[in-house]
Amino acid sequence: MKYVDEYREGETVARLVDAIRAVATRPWVVMEVCGGQTHSIVRYGIDELLPAGIELVHGPGCPVCVTPLETIDRAHAIAQKPGVIFCSFGDMLRVPGSHGDLLALRARGADVRVVSSPLDALTIAKANPAREVVLFAIGFETTAPANAMAISQAARLGLTNFSALVSHVLVPPAMSFLLSATERRVQAFLGPGHVCAIMGTSEYAPIVDTFNAPVVVTGFEPVDLLEGLLLAVRQLEAGRAELEIQYGRAVKPEGNVHARAIIDDVFERCDRPWRGIGVIPDSGWRLSPRYRQFSAEDRFSVGEIVAVEPVECISGRILQGLAKPSDCSQFGTRCTPQTPLGATMVSSEGACAAYVAYGRLRRSA
Amino acid sequence: MRSVRRVWPPAEVRVIDCPMPIGAYDQIVLGHGSGGRLSADLVAKLFVPGFGLSNAPLEDSAIVDATGRIAITTDSFVVTPRFFPGGDLGRLAIAGTVNDLAVGGAEPRWISAAFILEEGLPIAELHRIVASMREACAASEVRLVTGDTKVVERGKGDGVFITTTGVGTVAAGRSLSITNPRVGDVLLASGPLGDHGVTILAQREATALETDLVSDVAPVIGLVRALLAAVPGVRWMRDPTRGGLASVACELAAGARVGVRLVEKALPFRDQVRAACELWGLEPMHMASEGRVIVAVAPEDADRALVALRGHALGQGAAIIGECVSAHAGSVVLASRAGGDRVVAMLSGEPLPRIC
Repeated sequence: MKYVDEYREGETVARLVDAIRAVATRPWVVMEVCGGQTHSIVRYGIDELLPAGIELVHGPGCPVCVTPLETIDRAHAIAQKPGVIFCSFGDMLRVPGSHGDLLALRARGADVRVVSSPLDALTIAKANPAREVVLFAIGFETTAPANAMAISQAARLGLTNFSALVSHVLVPPAMSFLLSATERRVQAFLGPGHVCAIMGTSEYAPIVDTFNAPVVVTGFEPVDLLEGLLLAVRQLEAGRAELEIQYGRAVKPEGNVHARAIIDDVFERCDRPWRGIGVIPDSGWRLSPRYRQFSAEDRFSVGEIVAVEPVECISGRILQGLAKPSDCSQFGTRCTPQTPLGATMVSSEGACAAYVAYGRLRRSA
Repeated sequence: MRSVRRVWPPAEVRVIDCPMPIGAYDQIVLGHGSGGRLSADLVAKLFVPGFGLSNAPLEDSAIVDATGRIAITTDSFVVTPRFFPGGDLGRLAIAGTVNDLAVGGAEPRWISAAFILEEGLPIAELHRIVASMREACAASEVRLVTGDTKVVERGKGDGVFITTTGVGTVAAGRSLSITNPRVGDVLLASGPLGDHGVTILAQREATALETDLVSDVAPVIGLVRALLAAVPGVRWMRDPTRGGLASVACELAAGARVGVRLVEKALPFRDQVRAACELWGLEPMHMASEGRVIVAVAPEDADRALVALRGHALGQGAAIIGECVSAHAGSVVLASRAGGDRVVAMLSGEPLPRIC
């Protein structure tokens, strides 16, 4: 596969590992922010190639993981309403709420459909004028433009049977939150490549300055990740804290201006609870007043939702880089991808699920 | 023994025209499963000519001559869409059962087919499915000897469900048990993997993709005969259907109590399969094939096995993909392209596309 295999080549990877070894004189803790980066690191065994002392910790960048249980329960309640067609990205189907997951609801008769583009939900709404079509609009800045596009087109088409359950989360406030925490381990970040492809990099400069932490906006392939790590370690060793872009083939400092414009039109900032972490101020997007008529929360009354997380779950500490999945007493025993207790096991991009998928279960046992 | 070299699409596709409508209907109605006149019509006018069966009076059961060891397997087939690039439900229903016999070291001899039809199914579709089944039976030299049809109300089925049961004979001394492979054995794949799974997913609404990929669905008995003739000591074989290479490799590691080491760079995935899986966020090793085999042979037999597979029309893309090792017994490790190792797990649940 052209333009992909080059970034997975063993020789290049080995050369970068050597370069990191040559630069590093002492231990460093670097967090990769994105779930996709975590996945790639574990999939290619990158962390096991690293010199001793260079530790990668996994960040909160899996949108499925951090979607609050309360929101998932609300989604499930809406999906069970008569006449509703509930459209979701594939990996939300397996995420358990307080009472089962969307796959189980579908088995019990709910009309739950997997869409790979939010615009597919519009097509479904047009084809089913007598039904209510609800889009589960979750994700980071990466999925926001397409969700915003669907909502804005619904307005343009005057669709009255379409609504969206919006629960977007934003990366920079979460990074600031992690760095402000009293218990701080993370010394530098591999920044979220695809989020920055949309949003640009301007939001990260204040984080670098305020917390004196290097941020290297990094891609998702093994060579990207190691290059990003090399740049971060170089900064740490030199006592610098700067914003750098490793993922130049996708990221421009100004981001994607068209995507940002449609996001600004459809969404507005709000406080948002993160599963496993709690409320982070100003860390989400909700529908702006112009589009409030598409709010599924307003359209469907589902009563009060009280969601209680299992107390044993340490996903909050894992999402903050304070613990590894293998530190958890429930990991791989009570808590598995089939029976997840919390955030980081529920999605294939969650750190716990990635550890299980790629065999860390066996090694830590 | 004649080796079958027919590949999909066949050089000449036999289209079996519907000679006359079944009764007055061009769709399946409940009466076609009633056991009465409409049922008899469906058998006499569709299944008997469609499968090329004799016009001898129909008995309640087929009686066949067999001696020695017998292999029996059964499988139900459901696929959406029913017709896909490279094949259809009918071809799948025969190939799937024939292949289960073949990889067990049996010569497929007889097959039964039970149809559950949904009210409203166009009879023309049933004709096409039956024609494909006949084609696949001919390619596998297996005889369809008995069958059954039921009809369910509209909405209570998904068009057509087919269950086939295959019976084969096993040569004396032949053993392809999963307990046979040992440390040092070499693993081969008979061709590109995952074509079927990706072709099907690409046809579905939620994962629609434009691709020139076609399903690999095919009876592999000819390929298996060629391999066993060249390497009678083949240790074990399995067809990597649902769950893909990952499931087969995990089953091998657990069943033979060996470690299985696969080499990512050596895995024969087409670029289209790898690219589609990249887009969907799915693992190519989880994608099904319906006309491939994974083979374990002693190291000294590896080259001969590779030549034998590549000499057959269905095995031209055969490759050595890994080996059985003494380390990590019971689990599968992939030497990744990037240089790191990782453990390969079975697919849990349905493959669902990832969010980003």
